[in-house]
Amino acid sequence: MENHVLVIFPHPDDEAFGVAGTILSHTRAGTPVTYVCLTLGEMGRNMGRPIIANRETLPEIRKLELTEACRLLGVEDLRRFGMRDKTVEFADQEALQSRLFDVIEEVNPSLVITFYPGYAVHPDHDATGAAVVQAVKRLPEGERPKIHAIAFAQGCEDVLGEPDIVHDVSDFADQKMKVIEAHASQTSGVIDTMKKQFLEEDETVRDRMIVERFWTFPL
Amino acid sequence: MKPIDPQLVQEKLTELAGTSLYIHLETTNGAYASHKNQSFFSAGAFIRNVQLNFLQGKITGKGPYRIGLETELGWLYAEGLTEWETDEMNRVLLAGHDADGKLAIALELSEKPFPK
Ligand SMILES: [Zn+2]
Repeated sequence: MENHVLVIFPHPDDEAFGVAGTILSHTRAGTPVTYVCLTLGEMGRNMGRPIIANRETLPEIRKLELTEACRLLGVEDLRRFGMRDKTVEFADQEALQSRLFDVIEEVNPSLVITFYPGYAVHPDHDATGAAVVQAVKRLPEGERPKIHAIAFAQGCEDVLGEPDIVHDVSDFADQKMKVIEAHASQTSGVIDTMKKQFLEEDETVRDRMIVERFWTFPL
Repeated sequence: MKPIDPQLVQEKLTELAGTSLYIHLETTNGAYASHKNQSFFSAGAFIRNVQLNFLQGKITGKGPYRIGLETELGWLYAEGLTEWETDEMNRVLLAGHDADGKLAIALELSEKPFPK
């Protein structure tokens, strides 16, 4: 059991697909979870189906979705970093690492969950993972929390090997679906199909809902 | 947003010519395009809060629409526009959505800066 879990992602909904079950397993066990979300996904392409947002209203809509997702996840400590979607890799990296380091020092997590730098497809994902690793490395060896990282780039297993952390989160699958659904501006186009495929025991969708995979990042 | 009525957009462009404006211009195919299809060449750009004062502007096409704004020293061009609105802050928001409703292009004009 963890003392405190710190989840760090760049976009609202990053916590929904590959991690929601794991987060729920911690919050339901009474472990406090802090979620640092760097941006509001301001530059997302999905505007809802039917379209409910425009480029300027999207951030406010996604902010509400994120709040609701956190409520469903039992995450009581959400920190929005106010950066802009797509710009994480271009922002002042020292400053970002320092902000992350401050949170790490403050909440003193035993586990940090983020993206695996270099293997997380979206440049914001890679930049977030890289900044988290640097922030954690500011702590002396022996005092560092472990990092469970998410990788999903094509061929990542050829380089990283099999994920060493595999969580069966089937107990939380229904609630996880609600978390995904809470990000309606991003998921309303796919949620009905997903639910149907899940009920019909479609293997890819079932696997995605009930198994969550991480690589322990070598520190 | 609603489907573009080129006549209404044209009226707006004519009204805004000669005013000092802030522009958001963006094209995107999504950060996952090359991940989903490795032969897909991903390209996109955005610029936010660049100041622009155009001499004359025109909307053309049968839908999706094109817009060209001529400035003293150059041009602004956007194609693939399908929807638009004027919001409560009097900003002119234009966008192009693909068949799945995903945004592919945005062109926005405002007399006040957009939030960073
Ligand atoms: Zn993301």
